Amino acid sequence: MSAAVAGLEVGQIVAEQDFTLTRDSLVRYAGASGDFNPIHYRDDVAASVGLPGVLAHGMLTMGTAVQPVVSWLEGDAVPAGGWVSDYQVRFTRPVVVDPAHGAVLTVTAKVGQVDPEANTARVDLTVTFEGATVLGKAQVRVAWA
Amino acid sequence: MSVNPELQGRSFPSVSPYLVGREKIREFARATSSTSRLSLDPEAARAAGFRDVVAPPTFAIVVQEATLQQLLAAPDAGIDFARVVHGDQRFSYSRPIVAGDELTATLTVASVKSLGGHSMVTAESVMVDGEGEHVVTTTSTLVVRGDE
Repeated sequence: MSAAVAGLEVGQIVAEQDFTLTRDSLVRYAGASGDFNPIHYRDDVAASVGLPGVLAHGMLTMGTAVQPVVSWLEGDAVPAGGWVSDYQVRFTRPVVVDPAHGAVLTVTAKVGQVDPEANTARVDLTVTFEGATVLGKAQVRVAWA
Repeated sequence: MSVNPELQGRSFPSVSPYLVGREKIREFARATSSTSRLSLDPEAARAAGFRDVVAPPTFAIVVQEATLQQLLAAPDAGIDFARVVHGDQRFSYSRPIVAGDELTATLTVASVKSLGGHSMVTAESVMVDGEGEHVVTTTSTLVVRGDE
């Protein structure tokens, strides 16, 4: 049986998707995650510590950005049973969420490395907001049993 | 107030076990724009061989939160919550988290560094299941912004 990763090529784009985060998204994520740091919902607190505005939780950006990869793994393009075994990011730029218009994240997921022996692949994410990347070294390790 | 460098190497007591609930997984999945059938639909998860719904890749942050609270609340830590910015995050799994798992997390402060008036605290939480088997290690680097 050939490795599940056999059909993957380095550089191949496996998913692209836009997400709009609103202040509602931040409140919902605060509740779901238990992270109630007020810089994610209070303009006055954000301003008092020198931030340009209310920021999305870094973890909301991280959690959202991996979803196109999860959808790809559950789709027909790859063998079933693939899962995210490792996922890391560096938060390099804050995502300021406008109270009226929110913030649009653009996610591109590209194959960075393929390991047929281990039956794993590394998928690199590019996540941009207002034309600039907001995550550095955003790497997803996907594995098949 | 600055971060206490003596935190480095400190391990905190394991937090009481976190029972992963199906609805918590679904709530978290929806909050991160997931459309995963494995996370949202118990039947789909069972059909794929799981006991119940499967947590999204960053779900372990929910369990990590209780361990980070220990660190932030430590009277000698010197960490001002409003000045904390998340620097890096990593999740390294041995297997996916599934509803019904009872996870016990233990936090260790891997390093405390100073950089240009800011402090960087790297905390590692190791999570094991009810059988004591490793499920995931979460690593967070927090940047604590100094007074300017």
